[in-house]
Amino acid sequence: MALTLEQVRHVATLARLSLTPEEEQRFTTQLSAVLDAVEQLQSLDVEAVEPTSHATLTSSRLREDVTRPSLPPEKSLANAPAKSDTSFAVPKIIE
Amino acid sequence: MQLTDLTMLELAAKLAAGEASSEEATRASLARIQQVDPKVRAFLRVDEAGALAAARASDARRKSGSPASALDGVPLGLKDIFLTEGVETTAGSRILEGFVPPYDATVVRLLKEAGLPLVGKLNMDEFAMGSSNESSAFFPSHNPWDVARTPGGSSGGSAAAVAAREVFGALGTDTGGSIRQPAALTNTVGLKPTYGRVSRFGVIAFASSLDQPGPMTRTVADAAALLQVIARPDAQDATSADAPVPDYSADLEAGVRGLKLGVPREYFTEGMDPEVEAAVREALREYERLGATLVDVSLPHTKYALATYYLIAPAEASSNLARYDGVRFGLRAKDARSLRDVYALTREQGFGAEVKRRIMLGTFALSSGYYDAHYLRAQKVRTLIREDFTRAFQQVDALLSPTSPVPAFKLGEKVEDPLSMYLMDIYTLPCNLAGLPGLSVPCGFTKAGLPVGLQILGRPFDEAGLLRIARAYEREHDFFHRSAPL
Amino acid sequence: MPVSDFQPVIGLEVHAQLLTQSKIFCGCSTAFGAEPNRNTCPVCLGMPGVLPVLNQRVAEFAVRTGLALECTIRPTSVWSRKNYFYPDLPKGYQITQFDQPICEHGRLVIDTPQGEKSIRILRIHMEEDAGKSVHDAGGGQSLVDLNRAGVPLLEIVSQPDLRDADEAVEYLKAMRDVLVYLGVNDGNLEEGSFRCDANVSVMPKGSTTFGQRCELKNLNSFRFLKQAIEYEIARQVDVIESGGKVVQETRLWDVNKGVTRSMRSKEEAHDYRYFPEPDLPPLHVSAEAIDAAAKALPELPRAKLQRFTRQYGLPAYDARILTAERPLADYFEACAGHYKDYKKLSNWFLGELMRLLKEEGTPLSALRFTPAQLGELLGAVDQGMVSANAGKDVLGEMFRTGKAPSDIIAEKGLAQVSDTGAIEAVVDDILAKNAGEIEKYRAGKKQVFGFFVGQVMRAMKGKGNPALVNELLKKKLGD
Ligand SMILES: [Zn+2]
Repeated sequence: MALTLEQVRHVATLARLSLTPEEEQRFTTQLSAVLDAVEQLQSLDVEAVEPTSHATLTSSRLREDVTRPSLPPEKSLANAPAKSDTSFAVPKIIE
Repeated sequence: MQLTDLTMLELAAKLAAGEASSEEATRASLARIQQVDPKVRAFLRVDEAGALAAARASDARRKSGSPASALDGVPLGLKDIFLTEGVETTAGSRILEGFVPPYDATVVRLLKEAGLPLVGKLNMDEFAMGSSNESSAFFPSHNPWDVARTPGGSSGGSAAAVAAREVFGALGTDTGGSIRQPAALTNTVGLKPTYGRVSRFGVIAFASSLDQPGPMTRTVADAAALLQVIARPDAQDATSADAPVPDYSADLEAGVRGLKLGVPREYFTEGMDPEVEAAVREALREYERLGATLVDVSLPHTKYALATYYLIAPAEASSNLARYDGVRFGLRAKDARSLRDVYALTREQGFGAEVKRRIMLGTFALSSGYYDAHYLRAQKVRTLIREDFTRAFQQVDALLSPTSPVPAFKLGEKVEDPLSMYLMDIYTLPCNLAGLPGLSVPCGFTKAGLPVGLQILGRPFDEAGLLRIARAYEREHDFFHRSAPL
Repeated sequence: MPVSDFQPVIGLEVHAQLLTQSKIFCGCSTAFGAEPNRNTCPVCLGMPGVLPVLNQRVAEFAVRTGLALECTIRPTSVWSRKNYFYPDLPKGYQITQFDQPICEHGRLVIDTPQGEKSIRILRIHMEEDAGKSVHDAGGGQSLVDLNRAGVPLLEIVSQPDLRDADEAVEYLKAMRDVLVYLGVNDGNLEEGSFRCDANVSVMPKGSTTFGQRCELKNLNSFRFLKQAIEYEIARQVDVIESGGKVVQETRLWDVNKGVTRSMRSKEEAHDYRYFPEPDLPPLHVSAEAIDAAAKALPELPRAKLQRFTRQYGLPAYDARILTAERPLADYFEACAGHYKDYKKLSNWFLGELMRLLKEEGTPLSALRFTPAQLGELLGAVDQGMVSANAGKDVLGEMFRTGKAPSDIIAEKGLAQVSDTGAIEAVVDDILAKNAGEIEKYRAGKKQVFGFFVGQVMRAMKGKGNPALVNELLKKKLGD
């Protein structure tokens, strides 16, 4: 299927990517080509087929409800681009 | 002969016999890196101090007669996708430049506990998205067999480093062929274990239902020994398997007499390089000579695997990569004034073209109105692909095929054509969709001297079987003795 | 049309923090009030490479709640990712359950002026909470604290079966009682560990087609829930009356202005792109586990209330208070094993005991006397060994010291004098000193009798058995 420029922009907004006009154009072409290629799946009858979302059918490993030491805040925040005391900081969120 | 020419097990034997020290081996590895890496560019980062400290600690253990494991002291490299506490980890991306993890991946911890010095972090396609290492945000790695060519990807740096004998072995990860394809292109052994066999905790996620770490080594026996260290259930990975871990070296020399080996006809298609096909067909004949029976099998949904993969993997990736948002770690765009900018500019500046392309594709495949026709449908076809394998393994013990349809291609050749790049994975990615183990073992060279790999696929948790089958061939054709012309 | 011509339709979504020690997918503490980011680790910070591992108690609590709300428990439920960007959502997605939640199709019975009403539960699912953003931090910044990120939540979604604000409040109270009874939630609306969003729409009376609904947020008290729903109903009716259309949106309850207002800025491009969480295999709950959980289910508030009125013959008012909290109800029943006048026992509970608990700020679990001792005290009052008033003092002393009532009565000399000879001596003495008053009494001024009683009781320091004092006075005065 061919994607429109509008669709590409919408998807970029969902994905929080501020694409350049040049990228928007390029992705419109390239993603359309990929989507054309995956179009072949439409020819299969999968009505009665169960989807596979996990590679193995292991049952989930669970953990006991016990606390384990957390990181000290200086380690939690060591990689933060901006912080204030022990909080992460971002430009003011306008509600 | 230099220490770096030894395989992991040969070095381990010397260490055990006191004929070499881990510090000597580590220094040899570091010297080799200094010598050849300017050409190969396998390393993003070398941790000389950390590796030497670990080597000296290993020597002390060996001296006191209490080695931590059979491989105690053998220097190793890590794809830069494995988190290493205190050592920068980037997944080949600008967005993680400068990120210093506060914890070790489970496999890194296991390697450290087993006493293996970790000499550095190896180059990779950004977030493991690519088949040539060219999507690395920093620089492409080069194939030691022809430095104008790619070592493959995404674990290209790992393969190149092992092939160039900069390290004795390495860990890679495989989402659609990222261990096996570069192994095939560099005359090395690459093993992608069964999904769940090796913990993914602390491994930067690309596509969670497909990713699996595994060993990349010069020989089959080394792969078995390294897998032995990292294969085990992990309480921190809910998808890790409880299946018992066998002794992977026990039956290594048991041969293939009496085994039924499947040859899936869909894996010998047009578009395959004739020299690759010839080398693989010759390997098939070798297996017959060794007493195996070749069985023609069909995996009818193979032709849908690529499309299935390129919906599922990007979809999972689009979600996995949402955490790179400029808030808690990694890059934040300098010019970000609003929260919106923090997200959109950081991600625009931090991600490379291939990563953005896949995030876009995956976001689209999951989006409202397209989910059923794309993502859900792909998951259903995934079931059909799995069932193909289940049926095949009722007839045969393993499947044989080429690993890559072509030998190493020139850097720059496919960069502008994503679809032709995606085709590099057609023989490797069905295995990931089915969660099966797969291995690539060297099976010769083209006239131009480029390595060719044979792929062996097996039943879930039959890594031992794959290693045994690979070893049977390797015993007859010890291509690993050849060294790359550096 | 006036408001009364419209039928409101309301559904509630309850978010209840589960009372686990550790978070849902990591070992960090769920404790409230720590320094920002003190309770965080790579997993709940959403660092690269981390994976979630489910806290099994979360699943146990979900099953317990589902059974209490008469839900069907799915043998296999599936985790999903809900994708959106927000600074307090570390991974860029929330791990939740989407199309295959752990519990479905339940109900909760509430009381309405028209009688009992069954509110259907659509679904219950498990999910992780987000962190907290502080917007008024100054310096043009918002600050992000991820201590709460990964705290386990149950989301309980009702069908749109509620028809007015009072029913909504009744439902929310009943839900809170159930969750607190089950020990899965502390029921604290103010601190946000028990939260509620309301979906409100209106339609013309008699219509069967629901109107466009709005989701109301920030309803952190029963009062706000009632006010917000009532405001929203009136607002929607206004919109329709003036020829407009209600727009589906999220609206925030503004506590200060007493209005709901649109949160348009949050509306942009919402497409959550749910898909099955690949890092967590589906959760299997065995039939045996469900059976065991069903057997271990405590009696629920409503059933207990009904049984209290039936078994102990208590008025509904008493039963409601006694069963409001499970420990109090349990304690009442323990005491009822030692004292059979249940109404009188209830009076002591509702009066003295609850006053003491409240005044001293003591939890029931820290009571220092046994149910048997309370029974003994009440028996002593009944038998006239101690006056009702003195009994209250004894209870206070038991409360503070844990001493046996008999010891306290003896030590403090609170025992009531029921010795006829002793009382008669005092009566004679008082009468001898008050000849004038006797005259008045005999002349017909009967209220003087009270004066005599008072004099005798004062002389006996309040310990005279009132019935005996009365009887002897009457006799001596010649009645
Ligand atoms: Zn945590």
